Amino acid sequence: MTEATTAPAVAEPVSTTDARAARAIDLVWREAELLDRADYLGWNELFTGDGLYVVPIDPDTDDFENTLNMVYDDARMRELRVGRMTEGYAIAAVDAARTVRTVSRFVPESVSDTEVVLRSAQVLIAYKRRRHDIWAADLTHRVRLAADGAVGDRIVRKVVRLVDSEDAVPAAGFLL
Amino acid sequence: MNQHIDDTAPADLVAGDRVAGRLYTDPDIFEREMAAIFETTWVWVAHESELATPGSFKSTYVGRQPVIVTRDRKNNLHTMLNRCRHRGASLCEKPQGRANGFTCPYHAWSYGLDGTLRGIPYPDGYEDVVEKRDLSLRKLRTESYGGMVFATLDADAEPLADFLGDAKLWIDRFMKQGGGYPIKVLGKHQFRFKGNWKIQLENTTDGYHFPIVHRSWMASVDAETADMMSFMTDPDAITHDLGNGHSVMQMVPEHADLDVDDGSEPVQGRFDDLAAELSKSFSDAEVRRLLRAMHGTGFNLNLFPNVAMSSAFFRVLRPVAVDETVIEHVAIGPDGPSELDPLNRERLRIHEHFQGPFGFGTPDDAEGWDRVQRGARAEPAMPILVNRGSAREKTSAEGWPTSHVTDETGMRAAYNQWKRMMRDD
Repeated sequence: MTEATTAPAVAEPVSTTDARAARAIDLVWREAELLDRADYLGWNELFTGDGLYVVPIDPDTDDFENTLNMVYDDARMRELRVGRMTEGYAIAAVDAARTVRTVSRFVPESVSDTEVVLRSAQVLIAYKRRRHDIWAADLTHRVRLAADGAVGDRIVRKVVRLVDSEDAVPAAGFLL
Repeated sequence: MNQHIDDTAPADLVAGDRVAGRLYTDPDIFEREMAAIFETTWVWVAHESELATPGSFKSTYVGRQPVIVTRDRKNNLHTMLNRCRHRGASLCEKPQGRANGFTCPYHAWSYGLDGTLRGIPYPDGYEDVVEKRDLSLRKLRTESYGGMVFATLDADAEPLADFLGDAKLWIDRFMKQGGGYPIKVLGKHQFRFKGNWKIQLENTTDGYHFPIVHRSWMASVDAETADMMSFMTDPDAITHDLGNGHSVMQMVPEHADLDVDDGSEPVQGRFDDLAAELSKSFSDAEVRRLLRAMHGTGFNLNLFPNVAMSSAFFRVLRPVAVDETVIEHVAIGPDGPSELDPLNRERLRIHEHFQGPFGFGTPDDAEGWDRVQRGARAEPAMPILVNRGSAREKTSAEGWPTSHVTDETGMRAAYNQWKRMMRDD
């Protein structure tokens, strides 16, 4: 293959076993494990310098800049957030819930030799003080594939759409 | 004696500068609060910008009771129980929107925006049984001040303006952050915590916790913003008890009245790019006025029992159970021409930075409140102390009990109102 596959998935579905899609899936799984281990420094390194990490409230908008989000992080805000999560002053992060998340139901939305857009489902269980909270979300990752192999693959954009984004959720000491 | 069983009248559990811990944990007290406070007094339900045009509606709660707030074709605001008069189904499950009226999904009884019952399908079965005019939606009294819309289930409640009293002056001042434009709602965060509603009510007038709980946020903002919020040892930073449970905590007293500007305060450097953008459309004086208000006003106005006008946003609390509360953090900004969009984008980013379930401030607050709820279960008769600064409290020229911003004057104001409302007589 030489050209980007931009046709709708229904017309020409891309298999999750496509080598490029599989690299993106591997990256998303590595990312999920880093977050569950609260390795936020390692997690942030998975993003490109122009990468965006978004948890919107409005389920229908893609105009995140002009709407209120739960998280709308460019590189600067992500670095501040990682600092907050790791420095030991934030009592919510110090006493954070332990999380286990499963990411699956992968659908490659578009695949080229340089970029993969991947949709998936995430079910996260957060445990804290005898209470298990469920956080269900649709994820979309835009992954930039490195020319020199999977070790250089990076996230350009991650959007986490919680099923209950317009409802009240618990205040969190972890990241989605 | 079992401390978890106590026949003391609730009002006697509040002693001015201390309250029994069971005020957070006793389900019976919670039930009484719903009746004596939330179903009696004025409860904030909306900002008028959320109901900007005829036909707009919002669904929300008064205490635990679901309500719909509407603007009808004649521009009148209504608050009605979100409950069909037939068999009780909820009429509206959308958080907001536009409608010509509301039709029950169960048997299609239909109501107008003012709650009037308009239609009953197959009406022959009701001939000589009901009169439609008797079955309008149950309406709450609805009044507004300064764009803030309140409703009450008590038909005999005092006028809203009387209930707000001296807080009206501070509502007027709060709205000046529009920089010459009205205020509109830009969006809202919602989160829940496993704790009693009064723990949150206290927090908005708690200057004492700020540098401790919010050290993480302070470390993440620019030096000028951190300095602005360094009020712990500023003698001019004070809290007033405004009466009727309301109080105002002035963290940044030089921003109490944003119309007062001697020109000496530099605009924060973080807004340089925004200033350049706004300068294409607005005069230097207008830009300065808008940017001085980027962090809102310099105070938190705490209105009993469920809304605070807090610097640059509204904090709305909703009691769910004795140990569960839902909080909204409503982002606001000036409602003007599209040239203000860059400014409102920046206000959204400032709001996201602190507020909401993933903000740099809110989760730490919620952790603190969670710990209060858990700790208060130990010896529920032991007092919660709200006595900080009681020995240095003085009466201001306006007649308001006043003390330092880190003192618990505002909490004492709220608990005095709580005590008045919870009396049996």
